[in-house]
Amino acid sequence: MTFQALRIIFFDEKVRSIVIQTLVLGVIALGIYFLIQTTTYNLDKRGIDTGFEFLKNPAGYDISLSLIPYTAEDTHLKAYFVGLINTLTIAVAGCFVATIIGFTIGIIRLSTNWLFRNFAYAYVEATRNVPILLHIIFWYTVLLGLPKIKEAAMFLKYFFLSNRGIYSPAPIFQEGMGLVFASVITSIIFAIFLNTYAKRKQEISGIQLPVFLINSGVIIFLPTMVFIFQGMPILWDHPTLKGFNFKGGMVIRPEFIAMLIGLGVYTGSYIAEIVRSGIVSVSKGQREAALALGLKKNIVMKLVVIPQALRVIIPPLTNQYLNLTKNSSLGIAIGYADLVHGFGGISLNQTGQAIEIMAMVMATYLTISLTISFFMNLYNKSVQFKGNT
Amino acid sequence: MLIRLLNTSNLIVTKNWLHKNLFSSWGSALITIFCLYIVLKIIPAGLDWLFFSADFAYNFQGDKIIDRTFCSRVMFPGEYGACWAIVIVRWNQFMYGFYPVAEVWRVNIVFALTPLALLPLFFDKVLFRKQLIYFTFIFPFIAYYLLYGGPGLTEISTSKWGGLLVTLFLGLTGIIVAFPFSILLALGRRSKMPVIKSISVIFIECIRGVPLITILFFGNIMLPLFLPDGFNVDNLLRGLVAMTFFAAAYMAEAIRGGLQAIPNGQLEAARALGLSYWQSTIQIVLPQALRISIPAIVNSAIGVIKDTSLVLIVGLFDLLGIGRAALADMNWMKLSHEVYAFVAIIFFILCFSMSRYSLYLEKKLKTDNSI
Repeated sequence: MTFQALRIIFFDEKVRSIVIQTLVLGVIALGIYFLIQTTTYNLDKRGIDTGFEFLKNPAGYDISLSLIPYTAEDTHLKAYFVGLINTLTIAVAGCFVATIIGFTIGIIRLSTNWLFRNFAYAYVEATRNVPILLHIIFWYTVLLGLPKIKEAAMFLKYFFLSNRGIYSPAPIFQEGMGLVFASVITSIIFAIFLNTYAKRKQEISGIQLPVFLINSGVIIFLPTMVFIFQGMPILWDHPTLKGFNFKGGMVIRPEFIAMLIGLGVYTGSYIAEIVRSGIVSVSKGQREAALALGLKKNIVMKLVVIPQALRVIIPPLTNQYLNLTKNSSLGIAIGYADLVHGFGGISLNQTGQAIEIMAMVMATYLTISLTISFFMNLYNKSVQFKGNT
Repeated sequence: MLIRLLNTSNLIVTKNWLHKNLFSSWGSALITIFCLYIVLKIIPAGLDWLFFSADFAYNFQGDKIIDRTFCSRVMFPGEYGACWAIVIVRWNQFMYGFYPVAEVWRVNIVFALTPLALLPLFFDKVLFRKQLIYFTFIFPFIAYYLLYGGPGLTEISTSKWGGLLVTLFLGLTGIIVAFPFSILLALGRRSKMPVIKSISVIFIECIRGVPLITILFFGNIMLPLFLPDGFNVDNLLRGLVAMTFFAAAYMAEAIRGGLQAIPNGQLEAARALGLSYWQSTIQIVLPQALRISIPAIVNSAIGVIKDTSLVLIVGLFDLLGIGRAALADMNWMKLSHEVYAFVAIIFFILCFSMSRYSLYLEKKLKTDNSI
């Protein structure tokens, strides 16, 4: 083969693309091979076990916050699930708080009142230009500055505020409470049915049913009646100060509250900007046309502006939810017992099996992220323009 | 002058403005009064705490403050404002960490030169921009020589670095090193070659899907396991590697947005003229795409700067880490409000000015028709 022929082959795009890709794959395979070589050598030298056997060994440490029963004798695997549940709890609660703050501030940002509007603006700029870690640490310090447990401040008669958390009475469900819960579920199912029925009826006949009124009536009335007829089967377990701590009742730990405020305030300011730009993006003509048709102001907001704004809001909102979930891992800085703190921190230090544990933690976060974006994408599809795109 | 101020038309304008913006309805008027009340409550109290009844180097008796017991607000709780002495006494730590005091001038030179190096990148109407660009390119080497040391200068190990120095070092170096990688990743993600494309997608999504703290742990704990004997990566460098990965993935997405905005015809026309892929990408597509994506890149840069604070969890002393170290000192503990306020103000200045810059760019891009 002559040089010329080689030249032609090399400049053929298909050939070149295959050559490049094989080269890249080869380099990566080589890299991975060397990584595995050195890593196994290093692990051997340091006497670190490999494999996932350690998950069955007792963890040997306590976790301050656990929604499922857990003791130090339980396995690392159980510690993993405790951490995972705590991560999910703070993520869901944080998203809830951030959404409320974000929508409120975002709407205030569009107020016609100059002072009010700039209030919201100052809030947004002051919170989002400061690292989230500082937010969390700051709120934690504030909460730790609350009165000591012996001098816990009582509020609303049954609640106690101290630097070890907020103590509140805990409900103890007696016999018959099951029926009450069943009635709640029944009324919700009824509400869903009524909703679909009303929608169909409106599409066919144009008649609007007072769905919201009926539904809220049913959801409140039915369980209340069942509750009363069952003889109000709830006992309250009140927290009482015994020795150095409260006994009984429920407690919300300061770590959780600090995380909740920190994540909510910080992410809320981002969501506020998203909501604001979403509402601004709906063209003025839409609102004016709806008003000209004689629709009332709140109906215009509900049926014309918000559905269109949601199209713009949902994708970046998803991103913020993802960010919040990832930022919940910062609980490690204040000792909130989440996945990274317990399993990714203490378990890792005890077993030394960094690779397995980090892989599990990262895979977990990846799965959470992908799940959130999957569901938000579904929701996004339901609010996008139907038909012509 | 007075007559001018009282000019009736002016008064009417003011009155109209007030009516429209503050008292358009009863509800609005109530909100205005409520807000005014809060403003009048918070701002004087805040200023009072920050400045007017605060201690700086000396307390209310005129004594020099050498530990927390000298602070006016520790002596008389509730009567005095902040005690900034904790920041003043530890100023060197907040700025340079544990950098030897005798060598601090080197850091100061770098601090002073950094804006000069960044200027030609940020603004295109700078005097001597072309000459400055050369300086920008050699600046990293100068900075390395000055900060770390070398021939003629004593070597200062990175374990001594801290405070604002580490925050800026990790943030700026991370962004600058990540920038070329992020361009390659963004191009790779749009490549027609399946291998290149999937590698880029996997890298970007894996980094964006996990929290930064796990990447930092990864760098801190696992990097030493991956490297052969004899290679000892120091702590700061591990943090930098993690920050770079993180920044590259996020900036790649920002750049991809810009690439998507360039019509296909541009690339096709360039290819039709006989330019190769790299020629047309570098000379035709990228200049346009980068211009569009600069605001998004600046926004992710702000995120990176803020997120450098996470390195305190892996034992590096950035600005926040130094602040926490100061609070752990028995002589200064419990002055957390001052420390956190100070750190917050510095981050605010950095990030707020960057976000203003990104807004300025967006406005400029909108009015520029030269694209």
